[in-house]
Amino acid sequence: MTPRIISKKTHRSQFAVYDERGRKIKLAKRGKKLSRSVAGTVALFLFIGIFAVFMGMPMVLTISNALKPLDELFYFPPRFFVRNPTFSNFSDLFMSLQQTWVPFARYLLNSFIITGFGTVGHLIFASAAAYPLAKNKFPGSRILMSIVILSLMFSPVVTGIPNFLIITQLRMVDTYWALILPAFSASLGLYLMKQFMEQVPDSLIESARIDGCSEFSIWWNIVMPNVKPAWLTLIILQFQALWATTGGVFLQSEELKPLTFAMNQVALGGIARAGEGAAVMFITMMVPVTFFVISQSRIVETMATSGMKE
Amino acid sequence: MNKERNIFQKIFLPRPANHRRNTTGSLMKKNWQSYLLLAPYFMLFFTFTVLPVVMAMGLSFTHFNMLQAPQWVGWNNYIRLFLENETFMIALQNTLIIAVVAGPISYVLCFTFAWIINEMPPKIRALMTVVFYAPSISGNVFFVWMWFFSGDRHGLVNGWLLNLGLSEYPINFFRDTRYILPLLLVVQVWLSLGVAFLAFIAGLQTVDKAMYEAGAMDGISNRWQELWHITLPSMRPQLMFGAVMQITASFAVGDISMTLAGFPSVAYAGETIVTHMNDFGWIRFEMGYASAIAVVLFAMMIGTNKAVQHLLRRVGS
Repeated sequence: MTPRIISKKTHRSQFAVYDERGRKIKLAKRGKKLSRSVAGTVALFLFIGIFAVFMGMPMVLTISNALKPLDELFYFPPRFFVRNPTFSNFSDLFMSLQQTWVPFARYLLNSFIITGFGTVGHLIFASAAAYPLAKNKFPGSRILMSIVILSLMFSPVVTGIPNFLIITQLRMVDTYWALILPAFSASLGLYLMKQFMEQVPDSLIESARIDGCSEFSIWWNIVMPNVKPAWLTLIILQFQALWATTGGVFLQSEELKPLTFAMNQVALGGIARAGEGAAVMFITMMVPVTFFVISQSRIVETMATSGMKE
Repeated sequence: MNKERNIFQKIFLPRPANHRRNTTGSLMKKNWQSYLLLAPYFMLFFTFTVLPVVMAMGLSFTHFNMLQAPQWVGWNNYIRLFLENETFMIALQNTLIIAVVAGPISYVLCFTFAWIINEMPPKIRALMTVVFYAPSISGNVFFVWMWFFSGDRHGLVNGWLLNLGLSEYPINFFRDTRYILPLLLVVQVWLSLGVAFLAFIAGLQTVDKAMYEAGAMDGISNRWQELWHITLPSMRPQLMFGAVMQITASFAVGDISMTLAGFPSVAYAGETIVTHMNDFGWIRFEMGYASAIAVVLFAMMIGTNKAVQHLLRRVGS
């Protein structure tokens, strides 16, 4: 089998090695170490190609359906790709949303309030707590962190019922707070933020401390500007969760429901609304995906520190 | 200046004024600002995460319908759950099947994809990351699977089958007990390339390149050896984190079943612990009983996570 170098990155890493007297040492097996069998490469790329189609097909269908006129949606035999793309589904959806009892703008505002406050609050609260956990040692810091890690190990569905009881007791049912406050304390955000903050050099913090900065101002003026990639990660994780929420049992008044709820209601209107339903799915999907496309590199940077030591 | 004091000095001489003993109390006082920063988050965290777990455990020993005060019933809920509730056994079985099949598959796929993508040029890598990650952040878009497996002839799969003459009538996929669970597995795997996948991509980019150089000199000759002896061991922290994410998600399957297979699903073929809990909690308002179900799920998630972490410590050794 021919040894082959695949990526440029590995190619570039062919640095020279010198011995004590400064002579270049020839590495005989240079090529061999990066050996990538062609068969293996083909097999792997084929594998990922097949799965990329599997993963991507539903997304492509969502886009394609949103652009299909109603007759194409119910064409037999069904077509995967749209033939005569049209934006009529979107204009229909907009028309339907105009006719709802609660004005469309109100749904949009509700969504903005819930996702906006929920996301920003989570970012601030979680990073404020992450800084001392990452950088200071004090009684209880370890145990708090292990509780947070433990909470990553079960899903919030477990706590759904008691949570409802607590929110009822706090008289927050049917207010935005019922969705916003629990979102502030999501544990994944705190965990990722804490891991990322550990990278901030101690010397930076130490010198600020010598200059007489309070812990609060170290967090806000020194640590926070240094962990901007992690901001985006927390924002997208929280944003997509809150964007997808319909309010569930927590919001009962129609005028407090978010846009996702209104759009789902429109989409439930049966066959006549199938086109609008496709448009709804397209919008629901595109908002977080666009967000991710824009912030991808920062998010991946944060995830590099996500590892668990225990 | 903290010079080491000998035993004599310790006993008989007064402590120098600048010497502070690190008692818990003094450390707490010294770090009061840290506690202040922690307070807002952890107040909410305890209210909405820790307290609910404790409450669920407490409520699981009661009969509680939200109208009357909870009544202590001891282990009754658990006894009913495991001995008298056949539907729960179906739910338990389905949840375990999903967790055992979809969990490891999605975990391995997360890693494999990240590993292959990592060798691609940056632009293609970014594109592939979006393709694989998008389903998990798109909210309710898994409903699109309904367009594929819709029970009438307008569903794509039925359309193709009918058109090719492979089937004489449309198959009602999400209403047929033979297809519900396998389809849910497919959808769950499709949805599950989430945070763990990103963590792996990021982790692979941080593996020290010098390790590969060194490995080559030690006689590693192909990519599979490189994967096992270098890449996997140096990614152990990310592997742990990814495992936690995937296990938790694979036990929490419920929404996709309720949306796609219906609630309740035909002959409970799509019933999972989560849907079962929703049934008793939000529809029958048997909060005590539903809490017992939640506690069982909680125990399963934590137990599996701990066990898998134990296993993962041995990766590459």
